[in-house]
Order: sequence, then structure tokens, then C-alpha cells
Amino acid sequence: MESDEDFMSVGSSPDDFLDTQGSDVESLGEDFGDDFDGGFSKDKDIIATKRKPYEVEFNVLSPGDIDRQQNLQINEVSSILGLPPESSAILLRYGRWNREKLIESYMDHPEKTLEEAGLGTNFEGTPKTEVIPGFVCDICCEDGDDLETYAMRCGHRFCVDCYRHYLRQKIRGEGEAARIECPGDACNMIVDSKTLGLLVTDDLKERYHALLTRTYVDDKDNLKWCPAPNCEYAVDCPIKQRDLRRIVPTVQCDCKHYFCFGCTLNDHQPAPCMLVKMWLKKCEDDSETANWISANTKECPRCHSTIEKNGGCNHMTCRKCKHEFCWMCMGLWSEHGTSWYNCNRFEEKSGSEARTAQARSRASLERYLHYYNRYANHEQSAKLDKDLYLKTEKKMTSLQSQSGLSWIEVQFLDTASQALQQCRQTLKWTYAFAYYLSRNNLTEIFEDNQKDLEMAVESLSEMFEKPVPELANLKVDILDKTAYCNKRRVILLSDTAENLKNGEWTFNVDW
Amino acid sequence: MGSQKRIAKELAELVESPPEGIVVKLADESNLYTWNVYMDGPEGSPYYNGKFILNLSLPTEYPFKPPTVSFKTKIYHPNVTNDDKGSMCLGMLRADEWKPSSRIQAVLQFARQLLAEPMPDDAVEGRIAEQYKNDRKRYDEVAKEWTRKYAIAS
Repeated sequence: MESDEDFMSVGSSPDDFLDTQGSDVESLGEDFGDDFDGGFSKDKDIIATKRKPYEVEFNVLSPGDIDRQQNLQINEVSSILGLPPESSAILLRYGRWNREKLIESYMDHPEKTLEEAGLGTNFEGTPKTEVIPGFVCDICCEDGDDLETYAMRCGHRFCVDCYRHYLRQKIRGEGEAARIECPGDACNMIVDSKTLGLLVTDDLKERYHALLTRTYVDDKDNLKWCPAPNCEYAVDCPIKQRDLRRIVPTVQCDCKHYFCFGCTLNDHQPAPCMLVKMWLKKCEDDSETANWISANTKECPRCHSTIEKNGGCNHMTCRKCKHEFCWMCMGLWSEHGTSWYNCNRFEEKSGSEARTAQARSRASLERYLHYYNRYANHEQSAKLDKDLYLKTEKKMTSLQSQSGLSWIEVQFLDTASQALQQCRQTLKWTYAFAYYLSRNNLTEIFEDNQKDLEMAVESLSEMFEKPVPELANLKVDILDKTAYCNKRRVILLSDTAENLKNGEWTFNVDW
Repeated sequence: MGSQKRIAKELAELVESPPEGIVVKLADESNLYTWNVYMDGPEGSPYYNGKFILNLSLPTEYPFKPPTVSFKTKIYHPNVTNDDKGSMCLGMLRADEWKPSSRIQAVLQFARQLLAEPMPDDAVEGRIAEQYKNDRKRYDEVAKEWTRKYAIAS
């Protein structure tokens, strides 16, 4: 394990994030200064000891870093086991880069491990292309005395043309690299990097290499690719899948993108990954139609099918369960006697029970819509704020020329805009979180925090929209409000993260 | 280039010494890439006495890409789709398991073996697989009935 942790922990134990860091509201307020200019900056390692309850340790790796990590481990295993590096690489990939387990398994059953990894046990000689008189290639059935051929250590020999074609198809066509087997029928010998280097063109080697790096990151639980488009960085974070019930591990890539290490979606603090997944699924299924259903339909009192009445009389027969009822009072149709088509039986028992049941089911729909609409509102507002942000630069330039402020002095608008984005993102997810939250004495504090942040955000948003000439005068107010928003966000996130970590929240769903 | 030579060689071998219960012919003499396969239902299976016609189609990238095999004759079997395509589920025909040195003869023998011993865990027809596992008697009856109806010339 050492090697894994060496590059993950910067002067602190990996369990640090689970420790409760004496963080009452006061101390959080002091911490806030560090976070002011956009949070997780590169020099965060220096202030790592001041990590807030909702922050996790992580490390951003460039493609070069990833290569170095791989080579380091390959060379280590190579020198420990005394195998050539290209074979050690295959062994490590077979063992999903779990070095200790691999070495143990090799020490216990060297031959079995090598066979299973697709290496074979024979390491004699250097494979090279050869011309063998009388050879017939099993793939293309060509022969000829000048036919160039190749075989790996397994001895399955084919002509170089077929070998190349096969490798190209695997790499280009199927995107395979780590598990390309010998073209021989039923042979599981893995094609190593030396073979590849000997046979294929440079562009293919490059692709092969990129695919290997991809599998490396995919194989390691502590590594994930940054999901931002065209970003080539990966993030290293020690949070395990099982920790996700108690932690929402938001990380920031060097490309500036914030994302959740658990599920690689955009930052969704304070809601845990599983709830986010449920929520998104629910919204995808429900949100558009829920509003319409709520306004235009009733439910069958027996089978709860949703029914839209699009004309006709009050005598309803449910298509699904054949239940007959009255659209007006929701009571049994059979009890309507002769007063058909003119319902005045509002007080009857069957009708009132059906209406109560209906009200209950509608209340849950209303509850969902309450949270959904607020969630969607912040999403929408964040988009609008973003549009505004695109205009910010223009604003800043015109402010510079109109007020005589220097460039550095108008940066407050940029800061304010970033704070708005981040706070709205947080607010949005507080509503999804709240939807699944069962009431206890902590939810009230949560709702207060939510309200405070929301009010601060809305008033900052309002200031931000003011015409350019007024902005210069509002500078101090905007700076104050920005700082206040950030502070409220830190408080809200710290509080929810602490409670999540300590298992204090109760939820109305299983996850 | 290589493709045609290889196919011609495999075809010649199969015509010269056909495996048990299997006869192959080009569907069209001028096209090496589509074959008709005539397969006898193996003894001891509910398909016994049936003559099944299969279609073997070779991609232009053959042998780097696997052939596809489908039943022209309707058959009641967990590993053959119960529609007019009659597609087959064969592990070795999957692109990631196929090797350029794998042979058509092996594919056909595997297909015939599958008639004798279906692989319900790799089924394409879940319902038939279920029946094969839990109610073998009924499965045998239906498979026999279908064989009589579709695979035995009256």
C-alpha cells in the first residue's frame, strides 16, 4: 500500500478527512479568508491542515505525471521480480495495479500467475521478424520464400502483414491495448510493448500508449479523469466508494473544473452522490409531466391510475381497473342512484374517503414540485448569472475607463460573479438534498442556513445587475456581500458535511 | 487479397472432408462471402432427423473480423433468436473473442454441438432457456415438434 499512499497524502494521514476538525461557526469564519479567491488553489497543500469539513484531499495529475507513476511501478516490480519491464507492465495490468497482491501471487505460484496474465513462462531470446523458408501464414494462407514473419514467445507465427493488420484493427478499430492477445487461435499470450514497437507505425504506437494510460486511470480506484471536455488531467483522491455515504468529495482540476470525485458529475455539494443520482432520475422521469399532472388530472380512487378528463360526463370508468366513480365527488358511481350526471353527493362517505386519499397523493406531488421548482430556479438563475458574467469583462473595461479605476481594482466584479455561480450551484443541490431529508431538530438549522445563503445570493445578484456607472460606487457593498455569500456557503456546507459524516441526518428514502 | 485465398482454402477443405453432419456450399458460385450450410440435427437431441439450413456470411475483413451465422430453418433453441433472422449467440463469434486464425470448421462444429447441448446461461431466448433448465420434457416436446414441422421435408 505504501506506494499508493505516498503520492496521495501530503503530510497527513489518509483518514484525516474523517476526523472532526473542531469547527464551530467562529473558526469557520476565520478560515474563510483562505477560500476567498476561488478556493482549492494549487498551494492548497500548504494550508492542507486547515481543510474544511466538506473538503477532501486530492492531487491533480498531468498526462506526464500519470506516465511517471506507471513507469515507477513497472520498474519497481520489474526489479523485485526480475522480469523484463514490458512483462512486468502486462503483469501489473493483469493485477489491476495492485502491486502487493500481485507480488504475493507471483511468489506463491509464479507459473500460474504468468500463465493467467498471458505472459507464458519462457523468457528466452529476443523476438524478431524472420524469413522462414517453406512458411505458410495461417491467416492469409500466403507463402513465399521472402515472406517476413513474426512470432511472440508462444511460437504462433504469422506473416508480418497479417500481424500488423491485426494490431491495427485491435488498436484503431476496437480501442484495445492492454489485453491484445496473440492472433493464434485460443492463445492468450498478451502482445507486449516490445512486439508492438517492432511491428507498428508511430501513430499507432501513440494511440496504443494513450489507451494504456486510459486503462491505468480506469483501473485505479484512486484516480479519475477530469470530465471536462478536452481536459487531459486526472485527479488522485483517496475517497473510496463506501465513503460516499458520508462524504461528498468535490475536487477541482487544474483546468478549473469543479467536479465530484465520487460520480464525476459537476459539483453537487451538499447532496451525496446516491441522492443526486436518484434526484436526477426522478427529475428526468417526472418534472415536466408532474406540473401538468398536478394541474389537469385526478387519480382513480381504486388503482391510482392518473386520469385526464377530456370531455364527457362525470361517470368515469377507469380503463385500467374498470372502477366506476364520479369525477366530481370521487365517490362510487353505484351509490349515485338516479341522480346521474348531476353530482350533489359531496358529503357521502365513499366520496370523502376517496378525496382524502387523493389529497394525500397530491400532497406528495406538491412537495416534490416545491423542491423541484426551487432547484430548477437556481439552475436557471445560475445560467442567467453566467450570461451576465460573460458581460462582466465588458463591464469591467467600461468601468475602468469611466471611473478611472485600475484593472486590479475592478476585479471585484469577477470575484462576485464567481461567488454567485458557486453559491447558486450549492443552493440548487440543497433543494434536492432537502427533498430526501426527514425532519429532525437539525433540519431547522439546515433550512435557516439555506434561507440565509439564498437571501445573500439574491441580493448580490441584484447588485450585480445594476448599470455600469453605479457599480463603481457599489464596490464596497459588492465586496462585502460577496464575502458574506461565500461565508454563508462555507457555513452551510460545513454544517451539512459534519452531520453527514457523523450520520446525523435521517432520510426518507433508502440509499 | 489474403482474404480470398484463405476463404477458398477453407472452403476446399470443408468440401473435401466435411465434418460429421455438415455440408457447405456457396450460395452463389461467383461470391465467396456467402455460404449455405446444411446441418443434420445430432442424434440424441430433439433436433435429430431434422435438416437445418444455415447462412454463413463472411465480412470483407475476414479473417480479421468474425463470420456471422444464422438459421434459415426455424428452430426452437435457447441460443437462436426466435424470429425470422434466426441469429445465433456464439461466444467465439464475438469480435473480442474471435482470432484471425480461428477456422470456419470450428465455428460450424461448435454450432452443431450447441444443438446437442444448448448453453442456457448464454441464451438469447430467455424463456426457452428457462424451460430448458426447469421443464426439460416440455422443451424436448416443443423442439421436436418444431423440428418435425420446419426441418423435416414431408
